[in-house]
Amino acid sequence: MIRNAFPILIVLFSIFCIWIVAVAPMNFKIALDQLERQKEEVFPATSPERRNVSVVILMFQNSKYIKASYNLERPRLPTPKQVANEIWKTTGKMAIKGRAWSKRSLIYHGWVTLKSTFFGFALGVSIGLLGAISIVYFRVADLSLMPWAIISQTIPIVALAPMIIVLSSQIGIDNRDVPKAIISAYLCFFPVLVGMVKGLRSPEISQIDLLKTYNASGKDTFFKLRLPASVPFLFTSLKVGIAAALVGTIVGELPTGAINGLGARILIGDQFGTPLAIWASLFIAALLAGVLVTTIGILQKITLKQMGLEA
Amino acid sequence: MSKDSVISAQALDLTFQTNDGPVHALKNVSLDIDRGDFISFIGPSGCGKTTFLRCIAGLEVSTGGHLTVNGQTTDEARRSRSYGYVFQHAGLYPWRTIGGNIRLPLEIMKLSKSEQKDRVEHTLKLVDLEGFENKFPWQLSGGMQQRASIARALSFNADILLMDEPFGALDEIVRDHLNEQLLQLWRQTNKTIVFVTHSIPEAVYLSTKIVVMSPRPGRITDIIDNPLPVERPLEIRDTSEFLEIAARVRQGLREGHSYD
Amino acid sequence: MWVVIFISVWLVGWGINIVLANSSKVAPHFRNIGVPLIFGITILILWEIIVQGLSVSPVILPAPSLVISTFMASVDVLWVDFVQTVVKGAIRGFLIGAVAAFFIAIIIDRSSFLTRGLLPIGNFFSALPIVGVAPIMVNWFGFDWQSKAAVVVIMVFFPILVNTVQGLKATDTLQRDLMKTYAASYYQNLFLLRLPAAMPFIFNGLKIATTMALIGAIVAEYFGSPTRGMGFRISTGVGSLDIDLVWAEIFVAAIVGTLFFGLMTWGERKITFWHASQREK
Repeated sequence: MIRNAFPILIVLFSIFCIWIVAVAPMNFKIALDQLERQKEEVFPATSPERRNVSVVILMFQNSKYIKASYNLERPRLPTPKQVANEIWKTTGKMAIKGRAWSKRSLIYHGWVTLKSTFFGFALGVSIGLLGAISIVYFRVADLSLMPWAIISQTIPIVALAPMIIVLSSQIGIDNRDVPKAIISAYLCFFPVLVGMVKGLRSPEISQIDLLKTYNASGKDTFFKLRLPASVPFLFTSLKVGIAAALVGTIVGELPTGAINGLGARILIGDQFGTPLAIWASLFIAALLAGVLVTTIGILQKITLKQMGLEA
Repeated sequence: MSKDSVISAQALDLTFQTNDGPVHALKNVSLDIDRGDFISFIGPSGCGKTTFLRCIAGLEVSTGGHLTVNGQTTDEARRSRSYGYVFQHAGLYPWRTIGGNIRLPLEIMKLSKSEQKDRVEHTLKLVDLEGFENKFPWQLSGGMQQRASIARALSFNADILLMDEPFGALDEIVRDHLNEQLLQLWRQTNKTIVFVTHSIPEAVYLSTKIVVMSPRPGRITDIIDNPLPVERPLEIRDTSEFLEIAARVRQGLREGHSYD
Repeated sequence: MWVVIFISVWLVGWGINIVLANSSKVAPHFRNIGVPLIFGITILILWEIIVQGLSVSPVILPAPSLVISTFMASVDVLWVDFVQTVVKGAIRGFLIGAVAAFFIAIIIDRSSFLTRGLLPIGNFFSALPIVGVAPIMVNWFGFDWQSKAAVVVIMVFFPILVNTVQGLKATDTLQRDLMKTYAASYYQNLFLLRLPAAMPFIFNGLKIATTMALIGAIVAEYFGSPTRGMGFRISTGVGSLDIDLVWAEIFVAAIVGTLFFGLMTWGERKITFWHASQREK
């Protein structure tokens, strides 16, 4: 683990350095526009003249203004410091003031997204498990459900997302939690289904035959052999599933009209032209994804250790 | 070192450093293998026979002593493709036909297309797999796959054949048949064959020289010159001469504490 | 009355499938296609019956017959949207992302340091909701197809990268030793052994990527698009309650998604015909 930590840190550090260096060229033209409006001396002087000049040349000719790229209010590429400030402004700072749950706090919105993700995940895992069990035990389910499960994933659920939201509001379900959970579950059931089918079918024929010689019941075979054998496969697909559930929730929060949740904050940031809000929400979403997948990873380690499958 | 020796080891040492301390896989191994020999290495696991074979092949690096192949270092010998290697599992590429698999080394060594075709035909005949050129490995039985693997090792005409328990994964009847075929192949092609096995009858039946090895540390316990005639039907395994040699092998194994 | 028809259709469909599935007299090929097909058709018929029987308003859920007729009537609009979203956005993004991921995987593979550093990071990024960068891409690349392709590139890049790197690592010691005995060069090793052996993994990544590509292109359009494109039509259609057009678009998306995935599966079968998973009966 330590051996692997070092290359990872070096790579992360390099990405960080590249990010900082890239801010200047990305933001430079906008910075020059702003400086022009502030009546500073810019070369060439007007925006249309600058449009076809390459950023590198502009930077050489106006090098004293490079610092300005690092301080824009609406940057194309914010600096790490700007992103960190925005995150702190909408999380920690608000928490200190006791306003952690205000409608502008990313803690609140993160929690909304997290809640929906959990619902969607629970729903998707249940569907996946039930589906897997029927596919393994009933031939008719195997032949009819499996192809459609695969096809369901090739249909972009995002196309259905606005539809599902409209449908549920027409039926009378007002808040967005139900449609978001459905979209989440749609994206998350498939990896769980496929993983569990593989897992439930993983015992060798000799092991199944052994139980037959004991005249074991179907229930016994399931709980004593197939289910334990499928646990490693289950955890791998749970990791993929929870990441998919998070994506589903955020996609559910994107269509117009959403006001709560990280996806909604991204949408609003886009509509109001405050890019920093978008970046902050994205980082929190990435943080959530990391925490969720790592949590399952820890659960996996504990469970497998208890089952003696991992040292 | 005799004038005709093709592989020559002097005081060869190989020590691995592991978490539980140093492991002496090979200690003070000295041996000369002459051209045209069929030499078997026999011993229990851990006696160093596979390790020694891999040293000859340049797949492992010794930590002491000398080892030359055709007068070159093992690395030079490997790079000039001086030997063919047969593993315990055929390891054929499932995405190539049998013919394609035999062509693999020939493609790497950049032989012309017509030369490749000739060699493939020739070696398939040698191992009695004519007609299977366009089949895929999974369509063949284990014994046939192993024959294809031997054909692959013969295809580029190296003088030396290194074989690491090639028949270990096969059943006894197939094994007998392949033993016969291998002997015939050896008589036909006059190659120098270094053969690793843990079957005493197989070692005695096949070789001109038997090297008995023992573990902890890996070392040579006995080198037996096989007096049996070169023409050997399978039935020779029931003769008293055969059983005598086998008994001597077993003696060597016991003295090396292989049965402890 | 319609309840009776509904239940009987359901039972008939289910019944036929159970018989087909469990009978040993039916050819496997026919059965593998027939059962899911009958299942799907039964669902469609049931959908039609429910909508008609309960007189569901077409604004909430149109009947399949209405969707098909709208589809026929709007083929020109649907075609324009298809070209904008799929051809310009999704497919271009997919190709760029896949090729980039493939080459970077090969570069990473040459250095064990890079592999150990980048693989975990690649895994992490594949778990992220990359769709969220869509507004930033629109900011950087404008409203037209370029921003959509950019989103697709990022979404498609990581699964293919991770799977290709894993595939390249998947050769066993015996195979690598054999190559050593032939004194094969790095490139001979790569082209003759490691790339063919990596193909099952690469296709796994490609199949995941096809679903991501379409999702990325459509979601990116929710954030701004010239007045065409599937995502555009869906979000405005929902707003203006043009629901049957929305369903027609969804229908097109379903067909495109299935075709794209099917193409990938066909390629997989041709190239990795030798792998155990393709030879299973």
